[in-house]
Amino acid sequence: MIEIEKVRKSFGALEVLKGIDLIVANGEVVTIIGGSGSGKSTLLTCINGLEAVDSGRVLIDGTEVHARSTNLNKLRQNVGIVFQQFNAFPHLTVLENVMLAPRKVKGMAKPEAEAMAVKQLTHVGLADKLRVYPSRLSGGQQQRMAIARALAMSPAYMLFDEVTSALDPQLVGEVLDTLKMLAEEGMTMICVTHEMSFARDVSDRVAFFHQGIMAEIGRPDQLFGAPQNPETQKFLSNVR
Amino acid sequence: MFETALTGNDLLFLAKGAGMTLAVTGVSVAAGTLMGIIFGVLRTQFGPWWSMPLTFVLDIFRSVPLLIQLVLANAFQAIAQWGWPPFTTSCVVLSLYTAAYCTEIVRGGIDSVPVTTRRAARSLGLTWGQDMRYIVGPLATRVSLPAWIGLTLGVMKDSALVLWLGLTELLKSSQILITRLQEPLFILLICGAFYFVLSFPIARLGGYLERRWSPND
Repeated sequence: MIEIEKVRKSFGALEVLKGIDLIVANGEVVTIIGGSGSGKSTLLTCINGLEAVDSGRVLIDGTEVHARSTNLNKLRQNVGIVFQQFNAFPHLTVLENVMLAPRKVKGMAKPEAEAMAVKQLTHVGLADKLRVYPSRLSGGQQQRMAIARALAMSPAYMLFDEVTSALDPQLVGEVLDTLKMLAEEGMTMICVTHEMSFARDVSDRVAFFHQGIMAEIGRPDQLFGAPQNPETQKFLSNVR
Repeated sequence: MFETALTGNDLLFLAKGAGMTLAVTGVSVAAGTLMGIIFGVLRTQFGPWWSMPLTFVLDIFRSVPLLIQLVLANAFQAIAQWGWPPFTTSCVVLSLYTAAYCTEIVRGGIDSVPVTTRRAARSLGLTWGQDMRYIVGPLATRVSLPAWIGLTLGVMKDSALVLWLGLTELLKSSQILITRLQEPLFILLICGAFYFVLSFPIARLGGYLERRWSPND
């Protein structure tokens, strides 16, 4: 379970998160929508401790992320994150990209890590690209590799930060299909996205962020069908 | 026909000088690179403000002519009664000179690795050290290699200046032969050929590594 309590975060004078409360149950898929600069992505980086919070706290299975005593490297093994940029390690093959963290962080033996990597890469449909370098992959393939790389750590939670935003339109579908597959398998996910139809189809709940505040949250049919907050209504009428 | 008084023994003498050039260069580049890596990492970790004292000292080594550094260092070690032989003094000065340039090369290499790539590495649970070793190190090395090869070749040629401290390296050996045999052009030609033979493998090694790494980018 991910518990976010009254999280506030500023960059200089700009307050990006103005007290966010959100609880994500195991097996739940929550998508976050909202305009740019609404704090969606910042929240994700606060959840896995890449960013510090100014006040409030984030608990993952009861462990406080930003406590001094928390071993972030250990905690991050359980919380995978995929970013807008694909962030492939260009000097490693696809297989090596996925094997690196299981080997070095979890200390898996090479055959074991390789088996895990092959399994995850097959899962995202890259079984035929194991030995190539990321530069030979399309954007969609690189992004699926990044997903497999995160999954190879067997995380209980996955965070997706606008993972289709940097893709050519014709490549968006293959990545969204991978996310749908994960959702159907019961992965606990928080997805920041601009893909409204994806949010509608896949989420258990959709949250709308506006200027650092979670303006509205609800089931997709509620939020898209009958939005209560005027800012949500304005945002949805603009993106449609 | 062409005649010369140069004997096989003289060639051996030149080769010994080349050996000294190689020794001074090897020690200085190895020590200088090691220091450059440490200083470069420190500079990127502490940011421009906190590393200002370090940057300032390294700037001195980059801006004062090497000959002046050598002569001053030699005088200083004599005054301080450290009793350094010329080889030690030469290597210390050349190492710091190399380190000053290498620091900038390393810093540039580290800065060339996208922050987002490093974030991705850290978010997989890799520690700072693992990120440095498995991601930043290899990527920065690729970017820095051409500049580092250039620095190494430069230091090898600049090392000729240590003759002012009395070390008989390649250029000094040539001068001795020129004084004795009075065939300056021919001997300098051979001396140049020696420098080329020393430099060529390093330059080719750089080219080879660049080719080997390039299909991966």
